[in-house]
Amino acid sequence: METLLALTIGALTGAAIYLMLAGNLMRFIFGLVLISNAANLTIFAAGRLTEGAPPLIAEGADTLTGTAANALPQALVLTAIVIGFGLFAFAIVLVFRAWTTLGTLEPDEMRLAEPPEARP
Amino acid sequence: MSAPASESAAPAPLGNGWVGVLPVVLAAALFAGFASMLPAVAAGSVLRWQADWVPSLGLSLAVLVDGLSLTFALLISGIGALVLLYSNTYLAGHPQYGRFALYLTAFMVSMLGLVLADDLILLFVFWELTTFTSYLLIGFSHEAETSRRNALQALFVTAAGGLAFLAGLILLGFAAGTTRISDILAQGDALKAHALYLPILVLLLAGAFTKSAQVPFHFWLPNAMAAPTPVSAFLHSATMVKAGIYLLARMHPALSGTGVWLWTLTILGAVTAVFASLLALRQTDLKQALAYTTLMALGTLTLFLGQESGYAMTAFATFLIVHSLYKAALFLVVGCIDKATGTREAELLGGLGRAMPITAIAAAVAAMSMAGFPPFLGFIGKELKYAGALAVASEPVLVAGAVLVSNALMLAVAGVVAFRPFWRPASGPLPRSPGEAPWAMLSGPVILAALGALFGLYPDVLQRALVAPTVVSLTGTPAEVKELKLWAGINMPLVLSATTFVLGLAFYAWHRPLRSALEAAFSRLPSLDAGWDRFLDGLKALAAWQTRVIQTGRLTDYLFATFATILLGLAAGIMAGGLPPLAIDVSGATWVHVALAALLLAGAGLTVGSASRIAAIAALGVVGIGTALVFIVFGAPDVAITQLLVETLVVVLVAVALLRLPALARDRFRPAHAALATALGATVALVLLAVLSAPLDRRLTDYFEAASWPEAYGRNIVNVILVDFRALDTFGEIAVVVIAALSAYALLRTTKGDRT
Amino acid sequence: MNSVILRAGTRYLVGLLLVFSLYMLLRGHNEPGGGFIGGLTGATGFILYAIACGTRDARAALRVAPQAIAVAGLGLALIAGLASALFGDALFTGQWLFLGASETDKGLPLSTVLVFDIGVYLVVFGSVLTLVFAMEEEL
Repeated sequence: METLLALTIGALTGAAIYLMLAGNLMRFIFGLVLISNAANLTIFAAGRLTEGAPPLIAEGADTLTGTAANALPQALVLTAIVIGFGLFAFAIVLVFRAWTTLGTLEPDEMRLAEPPEARP
Repeated sequence: MSAPASESAAPAPLGNGWVGVLPVVLAAALFAGFASMLPAVAAGSVLRWQADWVPSLGLSLAVLVDGLSLTFALLISGIGALVLLYSNTYLAGHPQYGRFALYLTAFMVSMLGLVLADDLILLFVFWELTTFTSYLLIGFSHEAETSRRNALQALFVTAAGGLAFLAGLILLGFAAGTTRISDILAQGDALKAHALYLPILVLLLAGAFTKSAQVPFHFWLPNAMAAPTPVSAFLHSATMVKAGIYLLARMHPALSGTGVWLWTLTILGAVTAVFASLLALRQTDLKQALAYTTLMALGTLTLFLGQESGYAMTAFATFLIVHSLYKAALFLVVGCIDKATGTREAELLGGLGRAMPITAIAAAVAAMSMAGFPPFLGFIGKELKYAGALAVASEPVLVAGAVLVSNALMLAVAGVVAFRPFWRPASGPLPRSPGEAPWAMLSGPVILAALGALFGLYPDVLQRALVAPTVVSLTGTPAEVKELKLWAGINMPLVLSATTFVLGLAFYAWHRPLRSALEAAFSRLPSLDAGWDRFLDGLKALAAWQTRVIQTGRLTDYLFATFATILLGLAAGIMAGGLPPLAIDVSGATWVHVALAALLLAGAGLTVGSASRIAAIAALGVVGIGTALVFIVFGAPDVAITQLLVETLVVVLVAVALLRLPALARDRFRPAHAALATALGATVALVLLAVLSAPLDRRLTDYFEAASWPEAYGRNIVNVILVDFRALDTFGEIAVVVIAALSAYALLRTTKGDRT
Repeated sequence: MNSVILRAGTRYLVGLLLVFSLYMLLRGHNEPGGGFIGGLTGATGFILYAIACGTRDARAALRVAPQAIAVAGLGLALIAGLASALFGDALFTGQWLFLGASETDKGLPLSTVLVFDIGVYLVVFGSVLTLVFAMEEEL
């Protein structure tokens, strides 16, 4: 599955980048969500995949018995998901503000600071 | 270009209070101090003084006073005192005189530091200080655009040369193993044989030639006449432009005597001398004409520094002094004329002799010295120049010819500048009716001109005090000093002098037709000054072009560049490090795994391909759920729950915000973006496969697994890591969450719906 | 959204979700759960309330401004981390107190780690509600 997941992550990343390059802020946010999912999966996969054995120490035991999933990447991914959500929410607010203030979702048309005719 | 001060009429002597007097006193005190060193230096001793500056870098404030540096120091402080006295009246009542006096005094002190420094780095520091202060002085009338432009031009040219100079100094210090100048001078032979000799020489000459405005860097000096006239008198006759000459002279004992030194200095000096004297005759603005004769003098001095003979060195030392005296005097005279009449145009001026008799006499004496008539010092200087030129072993005819032509032209220019305005009848009404200048303005030209006459009559005084010690500094031995005399018998130099007078008077008599001919000839030559403007325009256009290309202002371009850079970095890393053998193994994949991958891929594909917001958001949800399922299947219940909860919240936010945004337009296919995205995606997959093929370092995980219950009393290892083992990290992360929430909140609250 | 059934059902559902979120928080040290999951669950409950009854009611039911909860949680986590300094340990080292512990039973374990996790809970809960309420109201 690790090989399969690695290839899938590559595809997700590619799709995310294509979306981020679209020049439309809504597609950019879609790309952002996609790429943070891909990043989380990358961290998770890099710690190797172990099927069906969560890193929980059984009642009565002092340490893990048998193989269990790698706990370290899970801890990293867990916080990354929450931070990713914060980032997503902030981005969505920013895009919405841009829309209500500037009336467009195309960043190339947001030329308030650099009006195109002012260029030499 | 007219000096801005000429607009204010009727100057009052000493009109700026203590701000005007203080610098004069300072300069005079410096002059007296240097003069008191004369006996010791004339007796052959070399004065040294030093203090630590940055001991850890081996830098020290080292001062060296020998004949050469003392001659320069006396010229700088002496002429400086007279010029400051003159300026105080010339710019009387100028609202920014304090600034002017500060710049001029700062310049004088930097210049003194430059000629007294005994350390290469110290020398460079003062060198750059003179560049900056002269920039401020040339641009003193900063309201005028030409003034600003010319100041900037002088700064660019001399600062560019200064960079080359710095590189040369570093190489020189490296080659010599010391930055102490007196030590470097002692190892001339070793330096000349050093592999770095040629680079050092080229870089130092680049610095000296730009500073001293030698061809082909001569174009900035006439433009620098935008400065007030006292500045021109000080910087562009006696001091700053001679910094390059000083450097050549200082390095003469260490670097001269090679073919490169000889030919570079001889040829460029000769070309500058002749070319500049032709340009000088062409000018009708008195100040411009003087500016070009300064170039001529600098060329001649360079020419002599190319040689090694005692005659050439004596000629150099003498002409250095002669030129400073008469040129400063004449600049100051032109300032007086400008002030009195309101113009500097040679063709307008006439009949001033009656109204300004003292100025006229001072001008005449200085001009006689410049033209080289006996019994003035200029005559002795000229005789020595011929003697020095004839002593050039390789090409005496060429060098003497160049000196002859430039001397003759100089004579003609002296007549145009200092004789015609006073003694020919006026050709028309002047902008202002002239009158004699106040004593403070007259004292400069009078004293300087008188010194030229006195030293001509008593050359041995000058010989003993300044010329001989200077020549000793240059050659290292008193035996090479040639005597200064008015009458040296009938010899070749005298014949050449006579020829000069005939030729020069002829040039003067026919200078107007000559001028038209020169005008016609030079107008066909490409102008370096215009070339400079084109160069700057080109530079600006290049900057604008590259800004347009790089800073397009388009987010897509920036993102493209960012992702492309990431791709290149990853690819370069793979190229450099190579990939481990990839463990590509799909045999263990069950149908669940395939279904999960298919779910993720389908979601991503739909998000990209969909033109509908709702469909795209739903597809994103599919990816999110697919990710959560991966976490569940592979033993990460905590992560999976978090992912699912966050997915729920994302749906809420999307419902609140995104659906109020306009509908998506259909995305056209973008081949370049698709190629980049595919390449980067493939690279990420490749890197991940490589990571998965490498052995896993389980040390941290093993520790957490072993310590979770016995030490931290927790059975859920993930949570124990979060809140105990790595609590500080978690704290940082929740702080980020708070900041993100508060930022978004602030963004929503402060700019409430104000659509512009 | 104006649905009587939703509003009526939500009141109970919110209570249930809050209790569940606390349960998730407290069991987190030994079973799947913890401050992050608990905070998200609790926030979901209040968001449901806001959707059903409006943010004004939701804020009233919450009594405290959500951003204040978030910042208080951050402060609580910081205090929990700094507390170890009092015992001479490195910062963010867990300190434990076992109430009623015996040979076989640990009794009721109390720890700065739990306080820290409660801080995480409050941060996530407060931050998410800050965001969602503000977006509901301002957009």
